[in-house]
Amino acid sequence: MLNVVHVSKSFDGTAALRDVSVRAEAGQVLAICGENGAGKTTLMKILSGAIKPDEGEILLNDVNVAVGNPRRAIELGIHTVHQELSLLPHLSVAENILLGKWLHRKTNWIVDWKATEQRAAEVIRDFGFEGVDVSSRVSKLSISKQQLVEIAKALVGRPKILILDEPSAVLSVHETQKLFRKIRELSASGTLVVYISHRLDEIFDISDNVFVLKDGAGVLFSATASVDRDTVIKAMVGRSLDAIYPVRQPRMGEVALDIRHLSRRPAFDDISFTIRAGEIVGMFGLVGSGRTEVARAIFGAEPASTGEILVSDEKVLIATPADAIASGIAFVTEDRKRDGLALDCSVVENGGLAAMERFAAYGVLNLARRSSVVGTKLDELQVRPRGLSRPVRQLSGGNQQKVVLAKWMLVEDTRVFIFDEPTRGVDIATKVQIYRILENLAKAGQAILLISSEMPEVLGLCDRLIIMRAGRIAVVLDRDDFSMETVFAHAAGIVADRTMA
Amino acid sequence: MLFSRLRRLSAPDIGFTVAILILVLVASIASDVFLSERNLVSISRQLVTNGLLSLGMLLVILTGGIDLSVGPVVAFSGLLATGLQAHMPFPAAIAVALAMGLAVGIFNGFMIARFNLQPFIVTLATMGSLRGLLYVYSETPQYPVDPLFRGLLGGGFIGPLPVPSLIFLCIIPLVWFYLNHTVSGRAVYALGVNSEAVRLAGVNVRRHLIGAYAACGFLAAFAGVVLASRLGIAQPSVGIGYELDAIAAVVIGGGILGGGGGTVLGVVGGVLALALVDNVLNLFNVESYYQQFLKGIIILVAVLARRKKA
Repeated sequence: MLNVVHVSKSFDGTAALRDVSVRAEAGQVLAICGENGAGKTTLMKILSGAIKPDEGEILLNDVNVAVGNPRRAIELGIHTVHQELSLLPHLSVAENILLGKWLHRKTNWIVDWKATEQRAAEVIRDFGFEGVDVSSRVSKLSISKQQLVEIAKALVGRPKILILDEPSAVLSVHETQKLFRKIRELSASGTLVVYISHRLDEIFDISDNVFVLKDGAGVLFSATASVDRDTVIKAMVGRSLDAIYPVRQPRMGEVALDIRHLSRRPAFDDISFTIRAGEIVGMFGLVGSGRTEVARAIFGAEPASTGEILVSDEKVLIATPADAIASGIAFVTEDRKRDGLALDCSVVENGGLAAMERFAAYGVLNLARRSSVVGTKLDELQVRPRGLSRPVRQLSGGNQQKVVLAKWMLVEDTRVFIFDEPTRGVDIATKVQIYRILENLAKAGQAILLISSEMPEVLGLCDRLIIMRAGRIAVVLDRDDFSMETVFAHAAGIVADRTMA
Repeated sequence: MLFSRLRRLSAPDIGFTVAILILVLVASIASDVFLSERNLVSISRQLVTNGLLSLGMLLVILTGGIDLSVGPVVAFSGLLATGLQAHMPFPAAIAVALAMGLAVGIFNGFMIARFNLQPFIVTLATMGSLRGLLYVYSETPQYPVDPLFRGLLGGGFIGPLPVPSLIFLCIIPLVWFYLNHTVSGRAVYALGVNSEAVRLAGVNVRRHLIGAYAACGFLAAFAGVVLASRLGIAQPSVGIGYELDAIAAVVIGGGILGGGGGTVLGVVGGVLALALVDNVLNLFNVESYYQQFLKGIIILVAVLARRKKA
């Protein structure tokens, strides 16, 4: 029924999907999995009509539906639950569920609120949930209830295809089970359910077939019953590790960063760890584990409520990013477009943003010196082509990330570097360059905290690995104990936590 | 260096320059008076008020905000600079007026930066309150007591140029230098594009936001002082609609509401364009309502021409 044929898509020069093909029949549950950046969400966005592919088609009963028109997709019966909630927080639950489909009385333009709310309540009950007041504002609900509303919204009408992108990230076990019951009902009545997730337990529980994406290409397609966990994991993350990661010969100095009992509930609680100069410590965890929140707290973007931070054995009070930078901490954020770059500003403007005092005297900028210093650093990082006054928006994802790195590397007297998903949205060649940069920084004596969802990255680069789950440190592994299965098991909570400092 | 700057002019910029040149050409042919020294001097004097307001508005618009309260600041500062002359020497009165503008700006900036309020709302509220307040201070027009107030500032000449025009001419490069060559100016520019990225780079965003609004308030007060000195009278009803003219000049010059675009040169061009249109329409005795109408059209054309293609 659904036939994805040779679909490709690139963003600003980085290939997100490369010649992907897969089939699925009505009444099946197809799981699509892969690491972060493998292309799952891009494929889903093409399916749901949010974007158009550069090449290829998606045939629904032999009609091409990859037309980049979400309305058309919905008309064709393709309902999608996106990863980011798309609810309207100020409106009621009922209004969100029936957005665009308000029920009306005899005249077409007067909304019948009572009927709308009744229908919404029906949909929720049908889903198996009680206790959600359909007239209450969505913003008052907990995040997991909001996710349920989002799913309920997609269940209205009879979807031919229901696409779910990481639906269980914020749901409890109990709620996830109810969701699965609904999925089984739907597939029994002929709906094709596409379930995108990297939670292997759920995939093995609910799906009929599994399709693995890696680096934008499909690498494995199989009936779920005929494949085991290890094979799927290896397909998702397995890569020849040697060619990509620099050989670590760490020479570690004194403790540079000492985090003691850092908490900000409910995001994270009682986080304690140390990083030595020259050491690369990784932080791994699934969505919602709190890693970025910890990093933002250390950097002062959103300070913790309790706990202490010591840099080079001195207690520091970090209330703002400026405090953190003054204490020698740099932070390469997770989403450069959101908070790492001013996209419409020039390359040199962005490159010099964190170190302006270096090129200024009494508040006046020496533009020539800034161009020279930033230009030299960008040459060192091999940003090509060289246009310093181009808006940074025009650069490829990999080059944009290098500008962000340059910005932080130009800050003087840094002692700690925090990297949050430094290779997200970056092509493989640039990834290798970024790993070398990381290694060189460590060699130069910086203490590095590497937050990443890419297993091979953390396993290949780090000396120690902190695994976070649900806002707490589940375990800290030494390099000798590294293995994909162990890491995944702790991150997903399959194994009992052990805390090894 | 100038050539590389010229090459970076966009199509709309060139289009507008050509349109203005055509207007000047037509006006100088159709009217004997247009190119006379008297008329040109008059234009240069008329555009000072909007010029100062527009420069201040540029700073605020660059940060992604807007300042609707400049009109009452102009009126209040004029009232203070003239009215207080009964109690103190006029330089002191001027200082008080400028301090008032600065204070209003700081207040605006503080409310916006500290509480994350929308600039439109905050400055709308300030605009209303300030207008009421200045009527409390003086319902009736104020006259300057000291003849030097008029003579030195508004009515004075240095060579052929009126003092107000010279003052404006001097402030233009100052603002240009600030925006393009100081750390603070570049921070103002960047924070309008992505304030979160700038905050995470360690820049004190709050301070710069407040600074932009403070500068805008100060320049508005300065414009008010110059205006009162030029006219020889300060009226509480002055300034209505001035914010729109300032915003118009910024937008015509390439400024982008929401931050991220706008140059001093563009604003000066916008101020000049509006002043020329006013002047030409006056010379041909066109009713002032048509001027109003035309201004609106010009703004629409300006933003249409500069829009990013969807």
